[in-house]
Amino acid sequence: MTPTPASAERTLRRGYVLTVLGLLAVTAVYVLAICYTPVEVRQGPAQKIFYVHAPSAWGALVAFVLVGISSILYLWLHDTRLDLFAASSAEVGIAYSLVMLTTGPIWGKTVWGTWWTWDARLTLTLFLFFLFVGYLALRAALHDRGERARFSAVVGIMGLLLVPFIHLSVYLFRTLHPQPILLKPSSPSLPPEMLRTLMVGMAAFTLLYVGFVTVRYAMAQLADLREGDADAV
Amino acid sequence: MGDGIRLALAVAAKDIRLELRSRTALLSAVVFAALVLVVFNFARDPTAISAMDLAPSVLWVTFAFGAVVALNRAFTVERENAALDGMLLAPLPRSALYLGKLLANLVFVFVVEAVTLPLFVLFFNVSLGHAWPGILGVTTLATIGFVSVGTIFSAMVVRTRFAELMLPVLLLPFMVPPLVGAVQCTARLLAGRPLSEMLGWLRLLTLYDIVFVTLCTLAFPAVVDE
Repeated sequence: MTPTPASAERTLRRGYVLTVLGLLAVTAVYVLAICYTPVEVRQGPAQKIFYVHAPSAWGALVAFVLVGISSILYLWLHDTRLDLFAASSAEVGIAYSLVMLTTGPIWGKTVWGTWWTWDARLTLTLFLFFLFVGYLALRAALHDRGERARFSAVVGIMGLLLVPFIHLSVYLFRTLHPQPILLKPSSPSLPPEMLRTLMVGMAAFTLLYVGFVTVRYAMAQLADLREGDADAV
Repeated sequence: MGDGIRLALAVAAKDIRLELRSRTALLSAVVFAALVLVVFNFARDPTAISAMDLAPSVLWVTFAFGAVVALNRAFTVERENAALDGMLLAPLPRSALYLGKLLANLVFVFVVEAVTLPLFVLFFNVSLGHAWPGILGVTTLATIGFVSVGTIFSAMVVRTRFAELMLPVLLLPFMVPPLVGAVQCTARLLAGRPLSEMLGWLRLLTLYDIVFVTLCTLAFPAVVDE
């Protein structure tokens, strides 16, 4: 199905609705984090940043993996929509990784006593950010649409494969970051209120991601259609 | 298969011949690497930090910078007079073209490293002693890793306006695993540690080479074919 201006406008409106819903959900996370969840005994109020930090890290990771997957699919199917989706996901991913990289040190300074440490997870997420930057910089520097799509797909796939290597190479150093508390073999080691808030946070940030990407994707489609018009003239 | 290797060697030979005739890129990369070493020498306080503590990282940062400069030339020569189009019209498998380019780039980067290493020994008063076969091996492993990625990226960035700027932005994150591994191995080699302490890093370097040489060979057609 080729996008028409009307269908792109529809997608855009849907994206706006999702974004508003996502923003409301994020507000709810703030309220829950401040009013509902108990204050952590050892970390104090600083721990509450976790309900923003962990979901944004999750969002950045999801965005990154989806860029990689849609890049693989693009090189296989050559569907422009996949390329536009990858670009949109990368742009939202860069915003999420910025949130993650700013909230992390704020927490780290109070709890660890240092803004930054070269721990495996921190380094990994920093490189996630650099890869997003490189990916988008390359896109911005290329003018031919086909070329832009193919080149950025290659970078997207290579980035996906680079991440495990960075993790492996930094993991050989000692790690300071809190160990996984949610996705681990035994049951999550969080009090139920904290766990619930975290889950709401994850859901809210995921919804916001979907909203942002939908808006960005529709805008890319509209821009593409305009460009196509210009080519026809 | 044998044909592919022959063609790859022909591409590499063409590149090396071209470079030997002009020598501009190679010479500037070598001089650049030497300058980086000199700058590093002034950047440390010799009374506070011993040369040995700093030496492995200095060596590898210099290698990395030299490699980026050397890699920038790989496809700029093909852009002039649309030379790349000529190569693409030739009955040449894309994988052979990539491997040929990779081989030529490896030769360039090895030359830069071969000049830098003695200068490094001289400037930093490091004695390689019995470590040099190990250093040679580690250098080969790490260089293959980042040059394989650099080769495909240099083919992409020549299509952009700021190729010389874009290459390091894209490539440096990909240089991290090989560089970290190489620095760790070099430090242990210079300190005369047993091989068992480097095994994890050597595995990482080897795995990186296998994964990225394969991936870049497979992805290269997407970069050059319309």
